Amino acid sequence: MEELRVLSPTAILGYGFPIKSFEEGMKRHPHVIAVDAGSTDPGPYYLGAGLSFTDRNAVKRDLEIMLTAAMEEGIPVIIGSAGGSGGEPHLNWNVSIIKEIAWEKGLQFKMAIIHAEIEKELALSELEKGRITPLYPAPELTREELEQTVRIVGQMGMEPFIKALEQEVQVIVAGRAYDPAVFAALAVQKGYDRGLAIHMGKILECASIAATPGSGSDCMIGYLGKDYFKVEPLNPVRKCTTLSVAAHTLYEKTNPYILPGPGGVLDLTETKFEQETDRVVKVSGSKFIPSEKYTIKLEGAKKIGYRTISIAGTRDPIMISQIDEIIKGVRERVEDNFKDAEMKYFLDFKVYGKNGVMGPLEPQEEINGHELGIIIEAVAEDQATANTICSFARSTMLHYGYEGRVSTAGNLAFPYSPSDFKAGEVYTFNLYHLMEVNDPNQWFPIDIEIAGGRIGFED
Amino acid sequence: MALKIKLIDVAQVIRSKNSGPYELTFDIIFKDWESFDEFCNAKVINKELIAKLYQIPAEKVINVIEFKPAKAIKATIERPIASGELGETDVYGAQQHAPLLNLEFEL
Repeated sequence: MEELRVLSPTAILGYGFPIKSFEEGMKRHPHVIAVDAGSTDPGPYYLGAGLSFTDRNAVKRDLEIMLTAAMEEGIPVIIGSAGGSGGEPHLNWNVSIIKEIAWEKGLQFKMAIIHAEIEKELALSELEKGRITPLYPAPELTREELEQTVRIVGQMGMEPFIKALEQEVQVIVAGRAYDPAVFAALAVQKGYDRGLAIHMGKILECASIAATPGSGSDCMIGYLGKDYFKVEPLNPVRKCTTLSVAAHTLYEKTNPYILPGPGGVLDLTETKFEQETDRVVKVSGSKFIPSEKYTIKLEGAKKIGYRTISIAGTRDPIMISQIDEIIKGVRERVEDNFKDAEMKYFLDFKVYGKNGVMGPLEPQEEINGHELGIIIEAVAEDQATANTICSFARSTMLHYGYEGRVSTAGNLAFPYSPSDFKAGEVYTFNLYHLMEVNDPNQWFPIDIEIAGGRIGFED
Repeated sequence: MALKIKLIDVAQVIRSKNSGPYELTFDIIFKDWESFDEFCNAKVINKELIAKLYQIPAEKVINVIEFKPAKAIKATIERPIASGELGETDVYGAQQHAPLLNLEFEL
């Protein structure tokens, strides 16, 4: 069985890579270039608002290099979790970038677009059938909660990619997908072991993060054999060591031995990591264990209002020593001032220098620094109310007369004018659940298109 | 008398990160096998310790796992506030590791 080579240029499409590393990768004649474009890490806003957390120019730069090289070499490019969150607006955004590149570079190719956004009505009907269950520790899902969701995506496994590959497309761009799927699909289609293909995908999805020194913006290549795979970073300054690769297996995982995904779990209890050369690590023994029922992960976000923040600082030791009482006093004043207006709002003070980073998990009680950074935050049903609450809390705090105050001109230093910033819509995750499916392709329709091709250009 | 060992002296990586929006996971990767084995045998990094350190009930500590291939001990907790929720302070969860840096053990 010939080794199957998979090139991963970057950890997230748009994070970039040195062109030299990419060229090193192309010299090794990969069978596919694959890239993961998404994550839930940047939080619920991007899923809810339908925007990408990566920049359009940066994504276009990466794709331009990948698409041009792949067309020359005659190999496919596979993109998963397009636009970061993989919903319809995210996918359309990414497709428009691909089409623009095809047009500008005079490329023409057959492209599969795989959708991953799930209509609310369909999800509601699945919920009624008892086919949606929480992914612990996410809370139980109610019909009311699901109805508030503005966007739902399903995390596809590798099956829709394989289905697209069967139609001999040169580019696949997919909505939300299980990260390793883009790297594993071609291998599994060609009969390579599913467990090893997924495990290799788990490492390649973060590109050179699994090397040392690690980087999310540098290329990595994987070589998949019959009963092993190898990973090699493509920048000579980096190395893969058994430790750097094994350590990556821990990253962002609850249990590094058992990694659940669409249709089953990746079992690493018998995995062996061996140093092949000083830069290449060989992995074997990873197994895929199919589950009884095929489930996919659902992610959803709901809109809860609008945010306004004000950034300030204090350098006064008397004020710092009373910061908790002052905040309590400001809260009471805000509440009292608008008690007849029946405003619904959330008011919060992030106090950097005290517990601004860790909040309720902060074990240290005393403040040791000589200054504090304060973010006053208001969230309300509309922007105007959020502005009102934030503005009023800010002016109240600025002139709050606390015990023993000697600095009577003002309590806060504002680094900017205006002092308040409208942060716009606020979303939270309200869906992080598993849904049972009869067919892994069921929720992920595929469109086939021809991209690019200027009239008369080919002659 | 047993010597006190600072975790930061025997670990090369101490980090935190989200494992999905509802969990925080901590990785402690040791410098050498000797320290890793010593810590594993002594079972000093356990659910109770993590609960105490982060002032959460022990049942909110989902697991503590020894992962030999990486010379690592890993703990995962339920987030008190989900990533991106109102009042939350660390969307990526990448800055919740500091209390582990101060740990000292008598082994």
